[in-house]
Amino acid sequence: MKRILSILLVSLLIIGGLVGCSNNKAQSDTGKRIILATTTSTRDSGLLDYILPNFEEETGIKVDVIAVGTGKALEMGRKGEADALLVHAKPSEEEFVKEGHGLYRKDVMYNDFVLVGPKEDKGNLKEKSPRDIVKGLRLIAEGNYKFVSRGDDSGTHKKEKALWEEAKVKPEGEWYLSSGSGMAQTLKIASEKQAYTITDRATYLNLKDKLDLEIIIEKDDRLFNQYGVIPVNPDKNENINNKGAEKFIEWLLSEETQKQIGEYGKDKFGMPLFVPNAK
Amino acid sequence: MDYIINGIIEALKLLVSFNRELYEIIFLSVFVSSTATLISSIIFIPLGLYLGIKNFKGKKLFSRLLYTLMSIPSVVVGLLVAILLSRRGPLGFLELLYTPTAMIIAQSLLVTPLSLGLSYNLSKNRGKKIERVGITLGARGVKIIFLLIRELKIDLFINLVTVFSRAISEVGAVMIVGGNIKNRTRVITTSIAMFNSMGNYSTAIALGLVLLAISFIINSLIYSYHQEDY
Repeated sequence: MKRILSILLVSLLIIGGLVGCSNNKAQSDTGKRIILATTTSTRDSGLLDYILPNFEEETGIKVDVIAVGTGKALEMGRKGEADALLVHAKPSEEEFVKEGHGLYRKDVMYNDFVLVGPKEDKGNLKEKSPRDIVKGLRLIAEGNYKFVSRGDDSGTHKKEKALWEEAKVKPEGEWYLSSGSGMAQTLKIASEKQAYTITDRATYLNLKDKLDLEIIIEKDDRLFNQYGVIPVNPDKNENINNKGAEKFIEWLLSEETQKQIGEYGKDKFGMPLFVPNAK
Repeated sequence: MDYIINGIIEALKLLVSFNRELYEIIFLSVFVSSTATLISSIIFIPLGLYLGIKNFKGKKLFSRLLYTLMSIPSVVVGLLVAILLSRRGPLGFLELLYTPTAMIIAQSLLVTPLSLGLSYNLSKNRGKKIERVGITLGARGVKIIFLLIRELKIDLFINLVTVFSRAISEVGAVMIVGGNIKNRTRVITTSIAMFNSMGNYSTAIALGLVLLAISFIINSLIYSYHQEDY
């Protein structure tokens, strides 16, 4: 009995060793997987689930998606914990590349933000300011209507803060709720509290059926949301899979994938959730 | 590596400078969890003691069910309370979801099986003897329960503390029903999860240290009572 056991153990070790070696070999090429740090909106909108299987099939590289706020995604890049970033806060992204954390930054696609709120629209914003987000925010603050903020340093939160600044309002007080959560959770809180919030259109449309919220303000130029992709600087540590990341970016910006991005959501919502604009 | 050390230093700075936001979070944590502990204990410790000494049909099955519920996952309780309190749910008219009250409700439900189970088990093992003495001395009904509480007070206190530490260390239920809203429903555990996701390690570490300190104090209390006991 003992002998059989020891033979089994030895053979397990040998097999394990062989598998380990072959894995190493593959990794030295383009690697078997890359880590993509991205925003919750690309995941919550369902876009990545829609396009990524193609990439994995074409190249055999698995993409591990870590969906966090843009702030955390950039932080992960800075520490070399991710291979590529897909985020939406252009000024922060450019700074990230300038500081040498990323190799370059390229436009991928855009979508837009909308202000959503309760159907009864307590502040009557829909009539007073259907196309002017800054005026809308000012009305919310003046009327002390409840507003839920992401409050998590994400791209959406950064956008919201910039808009409050433009409205010259310091969002503080009983009416201003900071959720510190992702977009889906924040929308849920807004729906429960019958409050206003700023969301990307994609996530809102995807969750619309489960929410008691509707679009109040949209199509303001200031609500434009550009996504960029960045390969993390491979000098950070030797675990960074730069080849895989480059391959991913090349695929993401390719004509075929861009076309696919432009089609996502059309059948369900009657309009694309993201507009591709890679150059 | 730097950012870990920096995080710890920053964390200590935040703690000694009495950062207001940080202490509000700590206060709410302690408030919600101790209220939940009290609510469940006041009702369920006497009930547990009573059921422990009482013989009834299906006691074995009852024990097994109770012990299973003692380890109920907090997210399951959170989910249940969220479904009930949601605007579209049966208790939606109360508008309680994402309020501290909802958090207290969820945590009370979460620790109730523990409260009941621990006192039930205690009186099942040691209550019979005390009951017999009580009856000999002429005590009946409610008086027996009071006698049990008095005789077992040290063990009950340890149970109480165990229940509290289960409440204060859980994250699943308060996250779901509280929503982690700043200055309103943000507690230690939900903040740690959030600050980590924002890459803000120092505040997360500071709160982690506080949570550890609370556990330490609680354990010291238990330990000192144990010493008195034996």
